[in-house]
Amino acid sequence: MTALPGPYVRTEMLPQQPPPIGQAGLLRWVRENLFSSVLNATLTLVTILVVFSLVRHMLPWFANSVWTAGSLTECREMLDGKTGACFSVVADRWNQMVFGFYPVELYWRPILAVVLLLAALAPMLFSGVPRQLLWFSVFYPAVAVWLLWGGSLWGPILATVGFGIAFMVYQSVARLQALLAAPLALLSLMVWWLWGVGLVAGVAQSIVPLDLTEVRSHEFGGFMLSVVIGVTGIALSLPMGILLALGRKSDLFLIRTVCIGFIEFIRGVPLITLLFTASTLLNYFLPPNTNFDITLRVIIMVTIFAAAYMAEVIRGGLSALPTGQYEAADALGLNYWKAQRLIIMPQALKISIPGIVNTFIGLFKDTTLVIFIGLLDPLGLTNSIRADVNWNGIYWELFLFVGVMFFIVCFSMSRYSMYLERRLKTDHL
Amino acid sequence: MASLPDANQGEFRLGMLFYDTRYRSLTIQVIFFMLFMAGAAWLVNNVIENLRILGKDFDFGFLTVRAGYDINQRLVEYSNDSTHARAMLIGLLNTLLLAFLACITATIVGILAGVLRLSKNWVVARLMTLYVETFRNVPLLLWILLVNAIMTESMPSPRDFRGADATASMMLNDSVAVTNRGIYVPEPLFTNSLGNIDIGIFLISIDLLAVLAAVYVGIYINRAVLRRATRIQHETGVRPTTWWQSVLLIAGIPLVLLALLGFHLGYPEMKGFNFSGGIHLRNSLLAMWIALTLYTGAFIAEIVRAGILAISRGQSEASFALGMQPGRTMQLVVLPQALRVIIPPLISQYLNITKNTSLALAVGYMDLRSTLGGTTINVTGRELEGMMLMMLVYLVISLIISGAMNFYNTRVQLRSR
Repeated sequence: MTALPGPYVRTEMLPQQPPPIGQAGLLRWVRENLFSSVLNATLTLVTILVVFSLVRHMLPWFANSVWTAGSLTECREMLDGKTGACFSVVADRWNQMVFGFYPVELYWRPILAVVLLLAALAPMLFSGVPRQLLWFSVFYPAVAVWLLWGGSLWGPILATVGFGIAFMVYQSVARLQALLAAPLALLSLMVWWLWGVGLVAGVAQSIVPLDLTEVRSHEFGGFMLSVVIGVTGIALSLPMGILLALGRKSDLFLIRTVCIGFIEFIRGVPLITLLFTASTLLNYFLPPNTNFDITLRVIIMVTIFAAAYMAEVIRGGLSALPTGQYEAADALGLNYWKAQRLIIMPQALKISIPGIVNTFIGLFKDTTLVIFIGLLDPLGLTNSIRADVNWNGIYWELFLFVGVMFFIVCFSMSRYSMYLERRLKTDHL
Repeated sequence: MASLPDANQGEFRLGMLFYDTRYRSLTIQVIFFMLFMAGAAWLVNNVIENLRILGKDFDFGFLTVRAGYDINQRLVEYSNDSTHARAMLIGLLNTLLLAFLACITATIVGILAGVLRLSKNWVVARLMTLYVETFRNVPLLLWILLVNAIMTESMPSPRDFRGADATASMMLNDSVAVTNRGIYVPEPLFTNSLGNIDIGIFLISIDLLAVLAAVYVGIYINRAVLRRATRIQHETGVRPTTWWQSVLLIAGIPLVLLALLGFHLGYPEMKGFNFSGGIHLRNSLLAMWIALTLYTGAFIAEIVRAGILAISRGQSEASFALGMQPGRTMQLVVLPQALRVIIPPLISQYLNITKNTSLALAVGYMDLRSTLGGTTINVTGRELEGMMLMMLVYLVISLIISGAMNFYNTRVQLRSR
């Protein structure tokens, strides 16, 4: 049924009008986001003012920066009274800031070690990389030790092989006598490390000599030192932290008590005191006349320190896991280690990813504290560069350089943890 | 792990130590204990042996010996004739002062930054993100050195304040001087001072105690007033106006006391080549304080943000549905719940501040590590005793802080059935 429209009814559609100017596009966004209230408007204006004045002061400093001068006086002459940064110090001392006092002709070794590190990390960090590369990751620590410190390749490689031997011993004994397997595997590892490695390495060395010039630890410095301490600490603190966390949650009273005592002690004292312990006190606790590398001591202390924090992070993950998961593992008849490996740890570690990565970042930042016991980390090097006549009185450029380098590493770690969290997310939110 | 008792209830055999779950944990613990004790005995034995070789003994007697070095910042009486124990106390007080100041300012900065980062204002939120990410991803030591360098390199020297053609001038009505040797601020002085009270170890100003007591009394009476107001509200439905009474009680009582004591400010003045009078905040203290505040503030900002985000949106929606204003919603619904999430990590940030004060060595602030752990050890050669004592002190401070905050935490924690 169609009724004729009255004369007052339009028969054609009106063309669409654009929305009022204040209700669309940029203007609306600005009004709603920046000037929605008096307080908000004030905040916006103050912020813009602050940013503007900062930029106005910093811009000429960056724009006039000098990259080619050989000393601060030369740099000031080139600037000719203008304000400007003197980044030539970074160009001039680049090698020292990155490699410390590592022999110049051997720079290819740490560079190769870093390239291989990326190759070894790739299969662990990203799922798209072929799994076979994991075998390289297993042997990477040995290769890195060889590249950085030199000497024979056979020692570190054979020490790594020891884990394989222990695993085989465990497998073959476990079939006959389950309880003896673990102690026997440990024993074989010890025997292999104490006698086997030296023996076999000597023989292998005489057949196929794989030697590099030895470099002593005190020649390490700059970012290289930070990375060596940081990466080793990160790699070792996670397994140690897991063990400590399990110990703290254990039913066995003695093990629990010792773990709690250890964790609380380490967390209760500043890292500096532990580093001083490493540099001055450790000699008291070792048999007389033993003396080992200060860098190694620092790595041990930093690892222990990070492991205690790691243990607390992982304990948080373990507590956050519903009790049903533990009970389900029991119900399936899994023993303690199988339940941990297959059910508990994968979930607990996933929950604690942000905390774990934060601990890693903290550890990497804490590597700068080795300056206090006389090792030359990047910040320590800024002091010694300033002690040079040429660069006496240069502060901001060096601080900026060191800060930016640390920022890049730490920021990428935190972004990676966010990526990992997204990738492992299994809930439906 | 829960397990059934083994069905076999026969006589005890040696193998049961390994196979029977009733005895196995005991076996493991006994073996662990023996290994642990063996390790500890080995360490102690090594220490004894090493001490014998070095011809040293283990003795804390050095603490009563004259220290013989000066400490530039001292909160209580100290001279180089004092003992090492006294020097340790000075260092401890400096550590605590720095930690206390930094905790307060870092909390303020952190809360501001955390709330502003959640703001709908795009510019402010971005700026706060920039602040948080910059400070979290760069080592604290770098910030300390940077602030110290700014203080010593970019500020005018006291010389610039002198004479008719002074290039620098004091700020805030000639009361604050910012120099490259630190900042000089006015000090509180009392004309009718009550003197000091000796509590055995050091003197405490009675004026300070009196003012604190006055503040406490004010707050205490104010609480009674508020309780009465609530009671009247419950009875009649109308809440009496109390704000002027509160102001009078909390601000008025201490002000009257201050007037009675003859409170006035002693301004720093240029005398010769340097400032005298007022309180001298040294560069080392300021560098540590500012760097710790900004660095830890960034972490606290993240904690506060996470805490507020953790409260489900339904809570604030429910509160709006009840007709509450956004401000009241924040105050009565969101914040009390967010605090439960915020407090535990906040405690560990306070602990971090306390432990990070030990970086003071980098700028020469005389904290516990620099006095007991630095000069005292160097002078006496007692590194074993000194280090152990220092670790013990830090440990006790940490345990006290976490104990106190945990006590508070259990009080605000949700009681679950």
